[in-house]
Amino acid sequence: MPASAEKIQLVNPLVPEKGKIIKVLRETPDVKTFHVTTAKGKPFVPMPGQLAMLSLFNIGEAMFSVTSQGERHLEFSIKKTGLLTDALHEADEGQTIGIRGPYGNGFPLEMLKGKDLLFIAGGIGLAPVRSLINFCLDRSGDYGRMQVIYGARTPADLCFKEDLFQNWPSQGLEVNVTVDQGDENWSGPVGFVPSYLEELNPEPEGKIVVVCGPPLMIKFTIQSLDKLKFEHKAVVTTLEKRMKCGIGKCGRCNLGSTYVCLDGPVFTLAQLDQMPVEL
Amino acid sequence: MKKITKEKLALFWELLARRATLYLPLQEDGVVNFAPWKNGARVNLRENSLVPPKNVFFPQAETYLRFQTGAKKLQLESLEPEEEFILFGVRPCDVASFTILDKVFLEEPVDGLYAKRRRLGTLVSLGCNEPGETCFCTSFELEPAFAPGADVMVWDMGEFLLWEAQSEKGDELTAKINELLDEAAPEESASALSLRNTTAAGEAAAGCQQEWNTAGLQEVLRGKFNVELWEKLYHRCLGCGICTYLCPTCHCFDIQDFSRGLEGERFRCWDSCMFAEFTLMASGENPRPTQKERVRQRFLHKLLYFPSKYGLYACVGCGRCVRKCPVHLDITQVMEPIK
Repeated sequence: MPASAEKIQLVNPLVPEKGKIIKVLRETPDVKTFHVTTAKGKPFVPMPGQLAMLSLFNIGEAMFSVTSQGERHLEFSIKKTGLLTDALHEADEGQTIGIRGPYGNGFPLEMLKGKDLLFIAGGIGLAPVRSLINFCLDRSGDYGRMQVIYGARTPADLCFKEDLFQNWPSQGLEVNVTVDQGDENWSGPVGFVPSYLEELNPEPEGKIVVVCGPPLMIKFTIQSLDKLKFEHKAVVTTLEKRMKCGIGKCGRCNLGSTYVCLDGPVFTLAQLDQMPVEL
Repeated sequence: MKKITKEKLALFWELLARRATLYLPLQEDGVVNFAPWKNGARVNLRENSLVPPKNVFFPQAETYLRFQTGAKKLQLESLEPEEEFILFGVRPCDVASFTILDKVFLEEPVDGLYAKRRRLGTLVSLGCNEPGETCFCTSFELEPAFAPGADVMVWDMGEFLLWEAQSEKGDELTAKINELLDEAAPEESASALSLRNTTAAGEAAAGCQQEWNTAGLQEVLRGKFNVELWEKLYHRCLGCGICTYLCPTCHCFDIQDFSRGLEGERFRCWDSCMFAEFTLMASGENPRPTQKERVRQRFLHKLLYFPSKYGLYACVGCGRCVRKCPVHLDITQVMEPIK
């Protein structure tokens, strides 16, 4: 019975901050980008690849990667795929929201410095990679040649079309886009990302690969990278897990003794090779 | 060392309960569990509780946020524990479980809810005279009749309880109830030590009947992620989760919202790695798709992952999972072939 009990200050890291959706942009039929701000402005300053827990009260919380940020807001590109994301897709500008973060390690910026960078993404997997691409483009002197290989199911499912076809190429980024299935207006490559990657046949020398996408796409992309002789320590990926707390306590996002929310979500393949694989 | 005679116990509970909420092992409908003491409650100091006392520090369900919501307005009210309490009668194995939970909840970023309860509570441990038939705390180098992590250590000597404060909080509590305590005679104090020795030595009547040799287990399990044992072991697991709910060291939780109209609350509650939904993602992907991966996660978490991260096994040998598993997946037996 501590005499000082009434003085004990509780900091509950599970309590979110009050935020607001100030802008909603449609990226694809099932992906929207949400701009979120709080009374104090930007909720926090995330590094590329870091995460935030968003919540709609009454429905619940889920973890999302921050895809971009402005002076006073954070941006999240979210695919409609479950209870919370269905509700988010119904939300209008002005909708109140809970936000807490940042969580996770983010991309290994020091490791990328001075290297050529190959970004490979599938579908909504471009959302976390985009935060890194824009970060590197803003500091292009620190990096070598940069290239993006991106694929989606159909041309309509391509996220961030303005970046892919205008902003990034105009900043000197080589952008290679493929779709699983074309349409009457699509004249670009058709096929899955791994085979497109093999066709483009990038040289592993001096290059770091950053890959993110659905689990199957990652699996086959890694097989292709192996064929192309990329070393596992030069391949970086960012993982997705069900998360509740974001602070290494709720016990569900672990790979062995490594918690994806704390120690990840970004790992090199060489690191993952050392862990029990539950992906 | 102090003592209190058993005739004074009813008075003693009343006095303690006046100081703070008093949690005791209470018997109701034949089941012993920790609950707040009320006049007339039946205190059982012979058996350990069915549900571990971790729920006093880490409640099975705990609301930490109230909200009022509308499309354009939102009010949040953060809730926190305020109540001082005394947790009396915790067995040394369960006291050791708090050291394990502390590793998880008190490391940065600190879990405020748990941390505050730890500070609001005074922990009184009761040494075991006769450990139960599924106990194996000595396998983890714990003493059945001694808990170094408790604020006060108590031993049941038949006619009286011996009482020894072990921390500043323990001293404070002792001072507050001093009127009911007597000085123990030197030979009485010595009897506590001899109880410690007999139970620790594992003598027939008093010691842990189950002895599981855990020496080097962590090293043995390294690299055993894909062995055949896991293919066999899970078939009889029903995925009921009782092992995790009754485990004093299991700390996994879920977070959910509950609402009525525009008002609601956010709470966390115990969850279990035995359940399919535990790791299921909205996309339909599940990194632990079958009971095989879930059973493996439970055993390897306790015996390999946790010790790799924190330096100690996440098992204290309380024996609850052994006793209550409906298909007898006994942790002390099933891990043997892997050696």
